[in-house]
Amino acid sequence: MAADTPNALDMSLVEARDGLVRKAFSSVELTTAALAAVEALNPRLNAYITVTGDQALAQAAQADAAIAAGEAGPMAGVPVGIKDLFCTKGVRTTAASNILRDFVPPYESTVTANLRRDGAVFLGKTNLDEFAMGSGNLTSAFGPVENPWKRAGSDAALVPGGSSGGSAAAVAAGLGFGATGTDTGGSIRQPASYCGITGIKPTYGRCSRFGTIAFASSLDQAGPMARTVADCAVMLGSMAGFDAQDSTSVDRPVPDYLAACGRSLKGLRIGIPREYHAPGMPAEIEAIWQQGIAWLRDAGCEIVDVSLPHTKYGLATYYIIAPAECSSNLARYDGVRFGARVAGGTLDELYENTRRAGFGDETRRRIMMGTYVLSAGYYDAYYLKAQKVRSLIQRDFTDVFADVDVLLTPTAPSAAFAQDEKPSDPVQMYLNDIFTVPASMAGVPAMSVPAGVDAQGLPLGLQLIGRFFDEETLFAVGSALERAAAFTHRPALRASDVARAGIAS
Amino acid sequence: MSLDTATVRRIARLARIGIEENETEGLARELNGIFGWIEQLDEVDVSGVAPMIGTGLATPRMREDVVTDGDRRDDVLSNAPDRVDAFFTVPKVVE
Amino acid sequence: MTYRIEGRTGTWEIVVGLEVHAQVISQAKLFSGASATYGGAPNTHVSFIDAGFPGMLPVVNRECVAQAVRTGLGLAAHINVVSRFDRKNYFYADLPQGYQISQFEHPIVGSGVIEIELADGATREIGITRLHLEQDAGKSMHDQDPTRSFIDLNRSGVALMEIVSEPDIRSPEEAGAYVRKLRQILRYLGTCDGNMEEGSMRADVNVSVRQAGEAFRTRCEIKNVNSIRYVMQAIEAEAQRQVEVWESGGTVDQETRLFDPGRGETRSLRSKEDAHDYRYFPDPDLLPLVLDEGWVAGLKASLPELPDAKRARLEADYGVTRYESGVLTAEQAIADFYETVARGLDTRLATNWVLGDFFAALNRTGRSIEDSPVSAASLRALLGLITDSTINGKIAKDVFEEMVDTGDEPMAIVERRGLKQVTDTGAIDAAIARVLADNADKVAEYKSGKDKLFGFFVGQTMKAMAGKGNPALVNEALKKQLAD
Repeated sequence: MAADTPNALDMSLVEARDGLVRKAFSSVELTTAALAAVEALNPRLNAYITVTGDQALAQAAQADAAIAAGEAGPMAGVPVGIKDLFCTKGVRTTAASNILRDFVPPYESTVTANLRRDGAVFLGKTNLDEFAMGSGNLTSAFGPVENPWKRAGSDAALVPGGSSGGSAAAVAAGLGFGATGTDTGGSIRQPASYCGITGIKPTYGRCSRFGTIAFASSLDQAGPMARTVADCAVMLGSMAGFDAQDSTSVDRPVPDYLAACGRSLKGLRIGIPREYHAPGMPAEIEAIWQQGIAWLRDAGCEIVDVSLPHTKYGLATYYIIAPAECSSNLARYDGVRFGARVAGGTLDELYENTRRAGFGDETRRRIMMGTYVLSAGYYDAYYLKAQKVRSLIQRDFTDVFADVDVLLTPTAPSAAFAQDEKPSDPVQMYLNDIFTVPASMAGVPAMSVPAGVDAQGLPLGLQLIGRFFDEETLFAVGSALERAAAFTHRPALRASDVARAGIAS
Repeated sequence: MSLDTATVRRIARLARIGIEENETEGLARELNGIFGWIEQLDEVDVSGVAPMIGTGLATPRMREDVVTDGDRRDDVLSNAPDRVDAFFTVPKVVE
Repeated sequence: MTYRIEGRTGTWEIVVGLEVHAQVISQAKLFSGASATYGGAPNTHVSFIDAGFPGMLPVVNRECVAQAVRTGLGLAAHINVVSRFDRKNYFYADLPQGYQISQFEHPIVGSGVIEIELADGATREIGITRLHLEQDAGKSMHDQDPTRSFIDLNRSGVALMEIVSEPDIRSPEEAGAYVRKLRQILRYLGTCDGNMEEGSMRADVNVSVRQAGEAFRTRCEIKNVNSIRYVMQAIEAEAQRQVEVWESGGTVDQETRLFDPGRGETRSLRSKEDAHDYRYFPDPDLLPLVLDEGWVAGLKASLPELPDAKRARLEADYGVTRYESGVLTAEQAIADFYETVARGLDTRLATNWVLGDFFAALNRTGRSIEDSPVSAASLRALLGLITDSTINGKIAKDVFEEMVDTGDEPMAIVERRGLKQVTDTGAIDAAIARVLADNADKVAEYKSGKDKLFGFFVGQTMKAMAGKGNPALVNEALKKQLAD
């Protein structure tokens, strides 16, 4: 398949990579096609905040040279998107915030440096909720992202989920073969579910946090988002690894995740946590979950009912710990050394003016919440208590993983909702993360795999949660789910259609 | 516990986020809603439970005492919204 | 000596506790690889970590931890093998992250003790509550521009030890003695240079007053006092102020104050006071600090001899007095110098020379022990020439002056100037015979009972011999000839 044929951008990352290595097409061809699709579709989707075309083509040419020299890295020549939370040297990095609108980091994050080392081509920086705080990509200072999926018979703009909404929408639409995401309470998995793609939040400490703009340090974890499980395996293999610059990075070898995708599931024990049967959960979600259970049983797994008794407290705990850490992490945005500055007569006025104008509503709300829970007189009641509940949540997982290998749950309690259906009550918005937050709290790895569509044709994902550092089993089970689901649905807005239209005209 | 407008002002001040007087009531209402929902944690018995500080997965490490960084003044100042020579600036602080 | 303030309503005692911030001696900063060296052009010793850039993360410096452990051991304190870093959240122009990484709940060093000595020779133990590691802030300069303050982050992230005393101090003198002793210990350990002018040591002073038998009253904290003299003056001024407030029916507010040395008074820093709520919480970017017990034991085994032990040993081994041992151990370099000079020699001679002529020479030349014009080995050689009778003590003083001026070795000077002592009794007898012949009248007086003239004959003989006569032999021969 040549890169300029209409379907080139529908290939999986693994297919693209293999085609590049076979020299079926060049990275410059593939990158040129991808940039053309971005140019055509991004004005509508708003998935990319910054497009780095010249740099991408230069990287592509380098990758082609490396491939020709037989020195291709595992991501050589593959065009991907980078969530605009990863600092990229010399390329504006905004965190989708006005306060960093013109910030150009003089340094590179470890995750993007790893991808570069392996030959990846960066198309640009993808949109997100401001500072990764949100579940709908509605809090970005650069405007909302439109989900390329449409409800049957409706052109209403749906949210792509969040916070890695730009990455999810870009990958779903074919504006890149993969994209980096970050996940603090579900920010990879929930948008993956909403956009019909795969995403994995690895074990906390698997990917370095160095150079990634922090939201909640004890929860933030980078991971890949792509259209197949194997694609994620290749990309995570590149992103992951020990980094001495991050004290929370874990020093252990990165396994061959792609090889793990083909593993047999015979004898694996799959836990079905009863607490994930949330009241009011749509029947379609319940049905797809049951379908997933049946697929895994058919694949030779043993299905076990399990209990994670503190699940229901995950979200409330999260909304103490994450804002607390955020309130401190975001104190550095003060208009003095970098970022936007709004003048003030005194130092405090400078701070207050800058931070009021620079942060959006949700970010300001979370900073206020975090400041409150850490403040004198409330620390014990909120923060300390939440840390104790977090212990119990982590214990739930370690207990249950003594018995089962993987947990299977829905990823989100709903399919994508429309941009104008955003609940006005913040708590209602927070409930989108109810199934994803517990794994984040515990630090265990979790993956979302597209499993089917609802009655309106919107994708629904299933979540697999694994033991610490057992991403391999997640890739094995995820691949099996993917094969069983044979998810061939495609979003309404797609790069390949644009390309086809372009050729036709 | 109920969060009043005075508390909202105090938090905003601590967080150095400017707020208008006419916003405080709305913010108090909103935050009260969130913290009211969070109050469900009161049900959880945490007696004898140690707080979880980090995930406990990494091994403590220390770096060697070697100068490996610095000497990058222009990079450090490259994003400064206001600078004079090699200094960052702020409105004059009177001590 | 009890320190009391006589007020109108009674007698007041003062209660003082000190928080000393001591900059750790290390190559790199506490959490970054930028240089910790003092000075440097503005913003050159700064990494992106020190400037609080987005996505930057701290990794702790092993040597800074070792220095804190050494200091703890030097203060006979408990070392906590598990400690933790917390964030202290507040906004300030020279605090790039918007928080300081410090240790709040679980410091690396627990309780210890320092023995201080007062002018009257009395000693007291001052309890150490804790020692913790933390980051220094950058520097704001307020006098360079009419409307702006300038920020230099060279010091941002440099490791500090905060050493907190119990409120055991009861007088300005004790406070001064405490800081002096602490600085001495830190210097011996090599963990802080103790240089208060450069700010590598500064003190926050907590002062309250009370009447006999009372519990503690409200205290005020005087921030950032940067000399021992100011610590003492600040305490006096603040205690006096508080007595006046209480006695005039007011109450002392717990607050932060600043000492103004020009006016000799403290003033309120209310601007810093407002709504202080540091919102400490464990830094999620850092793991608990876990020390290997074997590593701690290794640090302990390699500690240098500390002032108190050295003092006791000098007294025992060299027979120096309590006062002398205090002077000789004030700095490790002095003690080392002294021991190099005195080991195996006449220790009294050595002590007198080091404390006398040698210190005088340092004073006169304005040099320190580290760049002394006369090395310990040279001074030892000079004293060797006295004890083996090569020269006498008086000549030795001349030789020493020349050593100070030229840096030459004593033997070279003695030989160049022909200053060797004359021990040839024939030459001495001949010189005496000449002196007695030239002063026959004085000889007669002496013989008639004017014994005091003996000194005159000694002087004349030495003069005749250009000062080089061996004094003992001269005395002996004179007595003999005068008796004839």
